[in-house]
Parts: sequence; C-alpha cells; structure tokens
Amino acid sequence: MTPLLTIRNLKRHFGGLWATRDVSLEIQRGEIHALIGPNGAGKTTLIHLISGGLFPDEGQLLFDGRDVTKKTMHDRVALGIARSFQITQIFPKIAALENVRLAVQAQQRDWGSSLRMWRPASADFLMIEEAEDWLGRVGLAEHAGTHAADLSHGEQRALELAMTLATRPRLLLLDEPLAGMGPEESERMTQLIASLRGEQTVLLVEHDMDMVFRVADRISVLVAGHITATGTPEAIRVDPAVKRAYLGEDIA
Amino acid sequence: MRTYRSLGELSLLSLAIALPWLLQALGEDYYIGFATRLLIYALAATSLNFVVGYGGMVAFGHAAFFGGGAYLVALLMTGGLISAWASWPLTMFIVALLAWAIGAISLRTRGVYFIMITLAFAQMIYYSVISLKIAGGDDGLPIDQRSNLFPFDLANDNVLYWLALGLLALSLLLLKRLSHSRYGHALAGIRQNETRMEALGYPVQQLKLVCFVIGAALAALAGALLVNQNGMAGPGQLYWTQSGMLLVMVILGGVGQRYGGVLGAFVLLGLEEVLAQVTEHNHLYIGLILLAVVLYAPRGLAGLFCKSR
Repeated sequence: MTPLLTIRNLKRHFGGLWATRDVSLEIQRGEIHALIGPNGAGKTTLIHLISGGLFPDEGQLLFDGRDVTKKTMHDRVALGIARSFQITQIFPKIAALENVRLAVQAQQRDWGSSLRMWRPASADFLMIEEAEDWLGRVGLAEHAGTHAADLSHGEQRALELAMTLATRPRLLLLDEPLAGMGPEESERMTQLIASLRGEQTVLLVEHDMDMVFRVADRISVLVAGHITATGTPEAIRVDPAVKRAYLGEDIA
Repeated sequence: MRTYRSLGELSLLSLAIALPWLLQALGEDYYIGFATRLLIYALAATSLNFVVGYGGMVAFGHAAFFGGGAYLVALLMTGGLISAWASWPLTMFIVALLAWAIGAISLRTRGVYFIMITLAFAQMIYYSVISLKIAGGDDGLPIDQRSNLFPFDLANDNVLYWLALGLLALSLLLLKRLSHSRYGHALAGIRQNETRMEALGYPVQQLKLVCFVIGAALAALAGALLVNQNGMAGPGQLYWTQSGMLLVMVILGGVGQRYGGVLGAFVLLGLEEVLAQVTEHNHLYIGLILLAVVLYAPRGLAGLFCKSR
C-alpha cells in the first residue's frame, strides 16, 4: 500500500537560512510518527509545509497519492490534513462546546454549509451532539459551557486537539502538544494521543523524549533541515549519529 | 428578557410606522424628509457595520458602494429605466460585482493596509465618476422624477419613508438571523482567530469576501433610496468624507452591535441638525462627543443599552 503522505525533496529557505534543506519522508497509514530534533532544526517549518501554512521552494507533497504541494491550508483540511499549533489556537471568547461545534461545522462540506445565513446554527442538534462527543473524548465534557479563555492551559491544549479531531483528519499533525504543560497534564495528553493508535495516523513534533518513546511507532530525526535517521524507537535509541546530534548522554 | 426586547422592538417599529401621521397631525410635515434621510443613513451605516463589526474588516471606502448605488440608479433613469423593480436590483448586482473585484484584491491585505487600499479604490471611483460627462461631472446627476415602484407611489414622501423603514427593518432582521446562523458563527470565529479558522478548513478569505459583497449591495440599496430622496446623485456621496462619516456612525453607535449603525446615524445626523440651529461650531461638539464615546463607551452607544448583540 502507498504511504499516506510522501514528502519528496522538500526545500524551503527564509532569506539565507535553509530551514528545510532536502527532506524526504514517508508517513505510513495508521502509524504514530514522531519528529524529533534540536531547537531550530526545522520541525515546525516542516509542519507548516505539510499543513499548507507555508509553501515549499522546491519539492513535492503527495497525500494519498495526490499532489497537494500547491493546495491551500483549507483545501488540505478538506482532503484530511489537520494540525494543532505550538501556541494554542482556539476561539477564546466562546464556550468550549462552541469551539468544537465550529470544527464540526467546517467538516460538513455540503454545499454552502457555512454560507447558511438564516437558520440558527443551534437548531442543528446532530452537529452539537457530535461536538459533545469530541469534547468527551478529550475529557472536557463538564467544561462544555466554559468560555475557552477560562480553561486552564492544559485544557485549552486538549480543546484544540478536540477541534482538530473534529475535522476528521486522515493525517493529524501535532506540533508540540505537551508544550507548557505540567506533569499531570502531560500524562493525560500522552494517554490521549496514545489512545489514537490504530484509528488515526499522526505526525508528532515533541521535545519530551519520554513521551515520544512511549507513543511513537517510528521516529524521524531532523537536524539542521535534514532527516538524519528514521526508524523504530529501539533503533533510534541506539543510533550513534542520533545520540551524537541530539539525545545526549543520559538517554544513551 | 428576550420577549421584552422583542416587545420594545415592535413598539418602536409601530411608532416609526405611525410617524408620518403624527407629523401631519402636528403640522410638521417638513420633518418627514429628515426622518427618511435618517433611515437611509441608518441603512447605509448598518451595511458598513456588517462589514466592520461582523466581518471584522475596517473598510474605508463604503462611499463607493453607497454613492455608487445612487449614481447607478440615476444613470439608469437617464437611460430610461425608471422602474425601481428593475433598476434597484440591477444596481445592487452591479455594485456587488464591483465590490467582489475590489474585495478580492483588498482582502490580500489586512489592518491599516486594508483601510488604505479600500480608500484608494473608492477615491479612484470618485475621480472616475466626476470626470464622466454622462454622470454630470462636478455638478452631479439630477433625476427629474422618483423611481417607479408600481403599485406604490414613491413621489409621495410618506411612501418613500415607509419604504426606507421597511428595508431597514428587513436588513436588521437579516442581521439578527445571520448572527445566529452557521455563517454568523463562522464570521465570529474569523474575528477571533483567522489562523484557527483556516486550520479548521474554512475558506476564510472567501467567507470575508461574501460579507464584504453583501455589505456593499446593502449600501447600494441605501444609495438607491438616497438618490430618490435627494432628487440627485452628487459627487459628495462618493467622496472619502462620506466613507468617514459612515465609519463615525458605526463607531458612535457600536461596532458589531446590531443597532449600532442605526443609533450612530440617528445620533450623528440628529446632533448635526440640532447643533446647527444653535452654533456654527457644531462639528467641534460632534468631535468631542465622538471622543467621549470612544474613551468611555468603547462598545458604542448601543453597547450602553444591551449586553451583546
């Protein structure tokens, strides 16, 4: 079977800085694939390139065999590539449930769904029920009515994950889901992401190595805009080049 | 709470419907023209409030659509198209197309640049129109009769007033329905976080463009009313000061508040009328009032009365 995502010789520079030098990578269907690397290695740039937040200077992105290199972000979401952000992106002034409902509404792509101007959105019970399900999935059921701005940081991260899941992606891109979280919140999020195994293909950028080695099926190491190694957690753990470049003595 | 508000809206509407008869009874018929003008500007300001307050786009070229509507109706009338049933929808359609083109380009920018580019487009239209001989140049374009809205007789000032009232009420109803609809929710999301909306799969630019175009078409409708009320389309209606005045109305009344445009238009034009009778420096006082509103009531006058839209 073809990989879900094929990245071919992707390049992107900012002025004189090559954030992505020459990245080729395949994401297999159903796997949780972690992308690790030191700060400034170009991990977030790569997520931007895959999600459509940035466009590459060279190279090609094939999603399910289809060239999406030039597609806009919202077109890619429609095809099934959805992402979370390193800095939480939610709608602070509305209730948590309403945040997710907007995601469900986006996913209903029958013609003009979001151009309906007369009928109250609150009349769509199915849409609201679906949003409630996703909130429950990330453990926020009792916060449905809470303004997103009043949620804790960890809850906001979970809310963003619920919104991203509610677009029903076929490829989920998570940019540092544990960023800024305390130990308890991290543990909850890690379990949540681990629970996606088997039902969801995930590309995950994360600095927390314990988490990465717990949830990932495969790991790729990005150093200075290059993929230096790809393999199972066991293989990456003992890879001498990786150890040298990134992991440090304590893991080795 | 909700029923009280609806009751309030209904009683205000009934009062507004009865106004021509009240004025006649008082022998103050002159004011019916002024009242119509208030309603027309309320409609124009409401259409801008839709773009600014609901769509989150600070557009500084709304005069192009408001004045453009007035000019198109006058031009069509010069060409022999007198029926309002034909010329008004046609005018709204042409202005909508124009807004589509202007919006598609302008929406590539944001913030101050969006303000400047919409202003630039509007000024281009202003200078193009005053250099057109068939549009009357600097003198504007008079019309020798009002549009024909058979079976209604627009030559009757009261009928024109009721028409303006009806169209304003319909627009406000549309705004009310819209803010609770899927589209309204999508716009609210865009105002809060465009990046997130795009990442959820919403075509953000297109959704904003639709809002911009609807606002322009409504402004054109207000322009169609205005040319009938004034008896002419004038260059001043296309000039940037007109865009500025509509923006002042929206800010004064309340950005994103459903009645913001209405309140702003009523208060600004009302003050102008009242102050002009007692002082020559009326603009100074209006400026001070605007300053006070911006400083002490950032959600506008409508924000003082109701919690939200």
